[in-house]
Amino acid sequence: MDLSAVSPALYSLLGAVFNLSHPGHFIHWHWINLSVANVIVIGLMIVTFIAAILIPFPKHKTEQGEAHD
Amino acid sequence: MSRKKFNQDRDVGEWKGKYAPYDIIKEGTIALLVVGILVLGLAVFFGSPDEHAITIKQWSTQSTQDFIATAATELDGSSFIANYGPPYTNTPNAAQKIGPIALPEITGVRIPINTAEDFVLNPLRSLPGQPALHQALNTYATASAKQQQAWSTAYANNAATTNSDGSITYNVKYVNGQVVMPPGNYGPVSTIMQYETEMARSGALDQALITGGDFYTTNYTKPSLFLADGQYLANVGAAGNLGGEQWGMMNETGAFPGQAWLWLYTLLYQIPPYSTSWAANADAMVWFTMIILTGILMFLPFIPGLRSIPRWTRVYKLIWRDHYRQA
Amino acid sequence: MTEVPSKTAGNPEDAGMWTAKIRSRVVDALPPDRLLPDRQPAYVASWIYVFGVVTIAALVLIIATGCILAIFGPQWWHTNSFGHFINSMHLWSVEVFFFAMIVHLWGKFFMAAWRGHRQLTWILGIVTFLGSIVTAFTGYLSQTNFDSQWIGTQAKDGINATGGGAFFNVLNFGQMLMWHITLMPIIVCVLTALHVLLVRRKGVVPPFPTAAELAEASAATTEVAP
Repeated sequence: MDLSAVSPALYSLLGAVFNLSHPGHFIHWHWINLSVANVIVIGLMIVTFIAAILIPFPKHKTEQGEAHD
Repeated sequence: MSRKKFNQDRDVGEWKGKYAPYDIIKEGTIALLVVGILVLGLAVFFGSPDEHAITIKQWSTQSTQDFIATAATELDGSSFIANYGPPYTNTPNAAQKIGPIALPEITGVRIPINTAEDFVLNPLRSLPGQPALHQALNTYATASAKQQQAWSTAYANNAATTNSDGSITYNVKYVNGQVVMPPGNYGPVSTIMQYETEMARSGALDQALITGGDFYTTNYTKPSLFLADGQYLANVGAAGNLGGEQWGMMNETGAFPGQAWLWLYTLLYQIPPYSTSWAANADAMVWFTMIILTGILMFLPFIPGLRSIPRWTRVYKLIWRDHYRQA
Repeated sequence: MTEVPSKTAGNPEDAGMWTAKIRSRVVDALPPDRLLPDRQPAYVASWIYVFGVVTIAALVLIIATGCILAIFGPQWWHTNSFGHFINSMHLWSVEVFFFAMIVHLWGKFFMAAWRGHRQLTWILGIVTFLGSIVTAFTGYLSQTNFDSQWIGTQAKDGINATGGGAFFNVLNFGQMLMWHITLMPIIVCVLTALHVLLVRRKGVVPPFPTAAELAEASAATTEVAP
């Protein structure tokens, strides 16, 4: 099935909105050399971890009870 | 019965406090939906990289001088792979060591590679017709080992020279379909290298290396090792910031995120002593270090001091702040 | 349809049977309401706790997209746009998988989640992490494109240096593909299942004791004789 003929819109959607298939950018800091993409991922992980700890979790009513363990 | 003293980095008391409803199946279903939508969005917005594989044909067409110079070192046995040591060759003292121990020598040569035969002579022998080629192959095969070495080394040394800064000066040229070398006593090697170059540029060498005359294969060891000995593959990698000294193990082609979880493995290659006094054994030493560090991570629960870091850093007070507030 | 009446009502003479023994050990270790609890201790109330299940959700997607890729073969995605899209889903599921797993690892570290005889849970988690890296690595080698060539020719030196290259040939596409789609998924799934079953068995680790709780716990235990 040639998707580009059947549904051009779906074909271009499947082909990615942002084209990352070009030479990447890199962050050089002293002897450290990291790709921007990796720095973003690592940064997001740290932000996510901090957010996960700080953002309140919805509380359910608690009940006293024996352990089900 | 004697019991160990309570150690709050190792032990817990029994929970006598409250319980709350917690729907783990619903949570799992929501997680699947959320992750599914996230992954769908990432795939739609960013796609995935797919840079075409490099063939021997491409290498020998786009970087002919490098191909000829590399093939010459495979024939005369001076290439990196020809002197790799186990698992490819029996070269003494080539295997990397951890202290006095060379682990590859213990496991041995399990993937034998003879670069002259595998990358040059055998593929050429498979070509039908070509009387001049088979005459040259015959002359080479029937000469003494010393004569073979004299011809092939003269060819390899004159084809290209490695400068003190690691760059390569190519003296061989490829003009109008002819390999042009500086004058020298190369015997039948000139003809052999001419046909090797033409075989490569036609695509036939790819097939000969991949299948080795057989029908099925799924093993790409030979063409991969041949490619890896040349500068062409290395230059494509370096241009994409994928080289070892460029922290390349963490990187993906293009501008995609790569393997951030390999940060420590990658980092070790960049720092002394791995990059300096241990450089000749860098791979072995990095792996050895990573195994030790992984062991420490794995057995952290049993390591006093390290297992106290969570308590000392007090991040838990944030995680369980409601619990401590109510206690 | 008439059900077969259960005859496994704990006949004493049959207690020595292997089947009965395994059944009672499994049921004792993980009775239904421990296997699928609908209650958790009140301290399980933080977003950091969701990253384990998020990792599993990503793993489910990895396997599902991997199965679609398997249906059509390892080179389908190069020439088919839907195949390329499924490959993209597979890649990003892997990125989300490692993202969530490492946030989960950080959380469990700062909670010292190995406390209370949960060391094996921790160890299994690290081993699963390592297994996942091997799975991802063999996956990269199975792409049949420049990335596979590059990663194979570069990584061979590290693996060869340990002696492993004699048996694990990163340039042998067939071997790497079979590790990636059969051996490693089975290993990772089994490790993940054992990890989760241990969490169900032991329960979620309680918080560090307050000063009062610590005093009470210390008073209740005595020094081990040297």
